[in-house]
Amino acid sequence: MVNKPPAPEQSKEQGPSQDADQEPLLQIRAVIKKFGDFTAVNDVNLDIHKGELFCLLGGSGCGKTTLLRMLAGFEAPSSGKIIIDGKDMSDVPPYERPTNMMFQNYALFPHMSVEKNISFGLQQDGFSKSEISDRIDDILRLVELRDYKKRRPQQLSGGQRQRVALARALVKEPKLLLLDEPLGALDKKLREQTQFELMNIQDKVGVTFVVVTHDQEEAMTLSTRIAVMDKGKFVQIGTPTEIYEFPENRFIADFIGSANIFEGKVIETSVNHLRIKTEIGDFDVEHNIEVSKGSHVYIGLRPEKIHLSKQAPEKKTENQTLGVIDDIGYLGNTSRYKVRLESGRIIDVTAPNQVRPKNRTHHITWEDNVYIHWDASSSMLLNK
Amino acid sequence: MTDIGVFKVIPPRIRLAWTRFAGSIQSSWKTLVIWTPFFWLLIFFLAPFFIVAKISLAELVIASPPFSNMVQWVDGSVVTIRLVFDNFIYIFEDPLYARTYVNSLKIASISTVFCLLVGYPVAYGIIRSGPVAKPLLLFAIILPFWTSFLLRVYAWMGLLADQGTINSLLISLGLIETPIQMLYTEFAVYVGIVYTYLPFMILPLYANMEKLDSTLNEAAADLGSGPINTFFKITLPLTAPGIIAGSLLVFIPATGEYVIPDLLGGGNVQMIGRLLYNEFARNVDWPVASAVAIVLLLLLVLPMAVYQHYQAKSSEDT
Repeated sequence: MVNKPPAPEQSKEQGPSQDADQEPLLQIRAVIKKFGDFTAVNDVNLDIHKGELFCLLGGSGCGKTTLLRMLAGFEAPSSGKIIIDGKDMSDVPPYERPTNMMFQNYALFPHMSVEKNISFGLQQDGFSKSEISDRIDDILRLVELRDYKKRRPQQLSGGQRQRVALARALVKEPKLLLLDEPLGALDKKLREQTQFELMNIQDKVGVTFVVVTHDQEEAMTLSTRIAVMDKGKFVQIGTPTEIYEFPENRFIADFIGSANIFEGKVIETSVNHLRIKTEIGDFDVEHNIEVSKGSHVYIGLRPEKIHLSKQAPEKKTENQTLGVIDDIGYLGNTSRYKVRLESGRIIDVTAPNQVRPKNRTHHITWEDNVYIHWDASSSMLLNK
Repeated sequence: MTDIGVFKVIPPRIRLAWTRFAGSIQSSWKTLVIWTPFFWLLIFFLAPFFIVAKISLAELVIASPPFSNMVQWVDGSVVTIRLVFDNFIYIFEDPLYARTYVNSLKIASISTVFCLLVGYPVAYGIIRSGPVAKPLLLFAIILPFWTSFLLRVYAWMGLLADQGTINSLLISLGLIETPIQMLYTEFAVYVGIVYTYLPFMILPLYANMEKLDSTLNEAAADLGSGPINTFFKITLPLTAPGIIAGSLLVFIPATGEYVIPDLLGGGNVQMIGRLLYNEFARNVDWPVASAVAIVLLLLLVLPMAVYQHYQAKSSEDT
């Protein structure tokens, strides 16, 4: 992935890798969903192209699940249109839509075996017996559950149920596969493993996935594009890299990963640099947007992009300031330092633990005086 | 270190004895808890059952109580046990009894089907109703129990009689000229049984349906199944335990029902409860009455056994 900021003139809905000529598989047009006075989904527009693995990411109550349920047809939009493969879905009931859904609780039929669960959807489409059994064999091979055909769902582990649910949704070869928190019920290790399995399966079958999740790590590893939702609206749509490295505003910067955010005022502008005055000093920020002198801005700084050292940095031009180590969180692979600046402001810094503590020469510990410094290109200019 | 020292003060043998003593108290409590229902059944179900069984194997005599003794002492030293099967033979030979049993089972079965046909949609409707309506509707189902059962049956007599509310209404509306006879027909008995036993169908169905995961219906729809197919393939099989429980709760008491056929059916509808009452109170033939009761019990144990079997199977699955 090329690490470059999105061109501002590019439309929000179009990912950079998308073929603009092709009609999008899914078109969401000005969709609003109200429950009484509460607006769950508020005027949302989105295009998803064939073969994408698209994530709707947001906290609970942000409207992501409601949007997914509207795609499946379980909820009708209060206004707006959902078009799948060129066909308006407004009057199409769930059982006639070219979508299949993997439910958050899997919703496997408890009175049917794994085999019957998977064949249920195929029977509705009137496939012949031999074709159904062929398809079941294929899909069970894909999810590696061939020995579990005759088992009931309650005789399976959580991970196996999740794979049955996936197989049941995939076996009908839907145009659009909807996944509601697909990995939410799994423990961490299994979740990581399944994330990659899911990506492999998506690669193999080429179905378009729309995944709803609240887990940003899941969204980052799985998807080709992410839409971050808040209060029923899309806050930003982009590739994982764009969302993480070039967040548009403070909400995104804070929601995806973590960020130190400073308020500041532009005191100098040059071709691609800004000089910004903040509570912790004056800093250079690289940018690509037109910002006038004197304007009020926010800058975000990722903890892992800040360097920490006991010695003064060699490059005098780099952004730097002095602080005291207030607290250290040891996470194994990395450590998270809380650095207290003179102003009293605490800055989060993450550094990899590349050397085992015993052998460390420049071991940083509590109450050490340290320099923190970062490159001008590392800080992110946020618009609000 | 001191902690370990304190522990060592108690010799292991005493500790073991204490553990055993505490364990035995605990297990005796457990035994008591487990045996309480058995004692209950023994005293209030099994003992009366054996008394009735004993009477059914006796002979009618003019005495008080009006049956012969099973165990007799001859010459003060020889014990003879007399078992008389005449009562059972009599029941099987007289077609009246066979007809009445069949009629009872027929009326109970048809009533059960009607209870199910009415109760299932009602239970489903209650499940689907809002958080305010749901407790109100459930309350309405239980509400009739606040009024005496007998009074409610009498009320039906008032409704169904020739000069009753329904006929008067139909005549005053000009729909009919002469009253339709409803009271003292099988129809009245059906109305009475379905009305009386409906809550016993609805409540177990409700309890069963409440556990039903509504996302299963969505999953079925998502997989291309229309509402009717989803009902028969998903909802109906998953509510089968509720249907069976409700049906048995209606069928078993309805078979032995006495008050409803007596008051609403009059002499025109023979059910086993009335027959039993006649043998017992009018003919004062306790042995035959007991035999009638025993045969009825055996007839009803069969569906109960089927139910138990089903329960055991479904609890194995989960």
